[in-house]
Amino acid sequence: MCLAVPAEITLLDDSGQGTVNYMGSEVKANFSLVPQARPGDWVIIHAGFAISVMDENEARETLLLFKEMADASRR
Amino acid sequence: MTKVSLELGSGGRLMRDFIAGKILPSFGNPILDELSDAVHLPGGVAFTTDSYVVDPLFFPGGDIGRLAVNGTVNDLVVSGAEPRFLSLALILEEGLETDVLDRVIRSVSAAARAANVRIVTGDTKVVRRGQGDKVYINTAGVGRSVARPRLGKIRRGDKVILTGTLGDHSLAVMLARGDFGLSSSVRSDCAPLLFLLPLWKKGALWMRDVTRGGLATVLFELAERLHYPILVEEDKIPLSKPVRAASELLGIDPFYMACEGKAVVIAPAAKAAEFLRLIRRHPLGRKAAVIGEVQDRVGRPGELLLRTEAGGLRLLEPLTSELLPRIC
Amino acid sequence: MKELRNPVAIRKLLGDIEEKARLLGRTPRLMEVCGTHTMSLFKHGLVPLLADAGVEMVSGPGCPVCITPDGIHEAAIGLVSETEGLTLATFGDMTRVPTRNGSLQTAVPGRGSRIRIVYSPEEALEEARRDPSRRVVFFGAGFETTIPAIAFTAKRAAAEGIRNFSILPALWLVPPALKAILEAGEIAVTGFVYPGHVSAIIGAEPYEFIARDYGIPGAIAGFEPGDILLAVRSILEQTVEGKPRVALEYSRAIGREGNPVARALMEEVLEPFDAVWRGLGTIPRSGLRFRKEFAGLDAAPTYGLKPGEAHRDLPGCRCGDVLRGVIRPEGCRLFGKECRPDSPLGPCMVSYEGACLIHFKYGRERRARP
Repeated sequence: MCLAVPAEITLLDDSGQGTVNYMGSEVKANFSLVPQARPGDWVIIHAGFAISVMDENEARETLLLFKEMADASRR
Repeated sequence: MTKVSLELGSGGRLMRDFIAGKILPSFGNPILDELSDAVHLPGGVAFTTDSYVVDPLFFPGGDIGRLAVNGTVNDLVVSGAEPRFLSLALILEEGLETDVLDRVIRSVSAAARAANVRIVTGDTKVVRRGQGDKVYINTAGVGRSVARPRLGKIRRGDKVILTGTLGDHSLAVMLARGDFGLSSSVRSDCAPLLFLLPLWKKGALWMRDVTRGGLATVLFELAERLHYPILVEEDKIPLSKPVRAASELLGIDPFYMACEGKAVVIAPAAKAAEFLRLIRRHPLGRKAAVIGEVQDRVGRPGELLLRTEAGGLRLLEPLTSELLPRIC
Repeated sequence: MKELRNPVAIRKLLGDIEEKARLLGRTPRLMEVCGTHTMSLFKHGLVPLLADAGVEMVSGPGCPVCITPDGIHEAAIGLVSETEGLTLATFGDMTRVPTRNGSLQTAVPGRGSRIRIVYSPEEALEEARRDPSRRVVFFGAGFETTIPAIAFTAKRAAAEGIRNFSILPALWLVPPALKAILEAGEIAVTGFVYPGHVSAIIGAEPYEFIARDYGIPGAIAGFEPGDILLAVRSILEQTVEGKPRVALEYSRAIGREGNPVARALMEEVLEPFDAVWRGLGTIPRSGLRFRKEFAGLDAAPTYGLKPGEAHRDLPGCRCGDVLRGVIRPEGCRLFGKECRPDSPLGPCMVSYEGACLIHFKYGRERRARP
């Protein structure tokens, strides 16, 4: 029900406004819902708002899991 | 009482129904019935027309003037004709700044020079403020026939070549309106496709420029007229990064986004590699790719199918409604 | 995350799923609650692949455009048609929902009025801020994912004293709807694929009652093909083991606790009420409206709108049954005939997340012949 994408924070001012970089495009975003977020963090963006801060380790593990599945089946 | 909606002009099914239900019964003749982008008239002459109403008038990579030349030029090229002459009809809104008009005229002039066509006739009308939107342009184009598309010769194994990335024009115009808080380096791909002309002599079977309605609509309309299904591979379709990003962010499918400098070429199986090499040699064709083929392993005749990145298979429909960003 | 679309990995997951499904001896019937999941399943061609693996997918009520009753859409259409100098801002697919009074797209706005499509509610507030002489109404529909953004925008408008801005709310809560579907007992769902982005706000806890009280397993999923299949595999594993729970298969993006800051904001600005859903009727505490302190931002009293409680589908339209998962879109006799994407009779054929539109566009799958 809710289209949202993962993007990296490129700019974040004191009022909680800023931008994210999503696949090379700049998108205006509001970070008021994720006060813990810092530039360089990856967040989930929906309707112009960051709604969640991503977990780098978990992301890496998911990637690894899929790489393993892709490789294991190939052998 | 039904009224004309924007949808009728979106290049989707409503427009197809309008043409089939109103235009053909009213005017039908053997030349019109082909419904090609440009028609071949007796005497080796090809003829086409198109109107341009883009908003905003200027956008990264192009403007309405450049569009009005290249759109008509490309309709001739993909129909097998070398573009020679254009008409230029301007419909201007009262109150338009003359500077803006000058810019548009300069742009038409530069684009015509680049495409090697001459503006040989024209017309200017002004409508009251509010009855039009700044500038509308109609151009008609005349060219010299060099070949006829040969739909009937398309066979199993023939290849679908796309001459470059999808959707750049659509996105450039959308972002130029300043909506959605989104900015990127995207530029309209508006350009003349003259470099495809030599392919006709080398045996190209069919071409169509990918404009309104996008790749899916163009290939769907082709598939409908063939005895075989067409299968395209999602991971072979070139997309620029900005288009990929915007399509994921705004939920707009790039297969339905318009281009103004890209075409689909159907190449005989044996010549596909040579065609691809020739297209890629030109700066405007560097990202060209074989994206699919006419085949009969999957699907039924008349169908357009997509092999998805994930390995699934689905039917592609023509555009049915205007592209709107979605959030949910 | 191209890796999550890798066909080799996808095949491996489908193999695991098929193996588990075979162990069960009956066809698992899983509801993907969220329309974005429906979209992803079809767009990537996964539905026939899952069917081959022995799993049936049913679409749930996860499309806010669809479940918003006609009365609210009609109020928005009336507002923009009858008011001068007003901007009605909304999300893309809201504009095409057909009602007895047409749709926003066919509506003729009053003099100087316009309909504007926005990506963020803040774009609408910004227009009101820039031009105090212009009245701006944001027609905001959404689930928990979108509600905090709307609540934030409302609070900001109130704090800045922007008086020419208001919101026509259509705000819905997912867990009460799931409970209503389970209580109705019309469909035998053996598992839930929970919405990843709603869960980014509410976390995992609000679904626990489904595992606990109904014994139905589920998993919170992301939106890549691989994400959804991981969730399906987890649900089947839970079924085989007989240990239903709420698994989190989207941990790179969200935590089990959700987003407490966003929830506090919702709580501050909005309060629950018994809302009417298209197809599901009145569900206790399933909608949100403005609290008294923010009542000035509600467009309904400001413009004398009566979004109405009575809901009337267009004749013959079975969107309601589709939303409850009682019939598949193909089960409606209007589907693909009178009701098509270019001449929709109900919102499920309009929204990009509407089950009918998705089935129409992507549903007539083809399987590869070997």
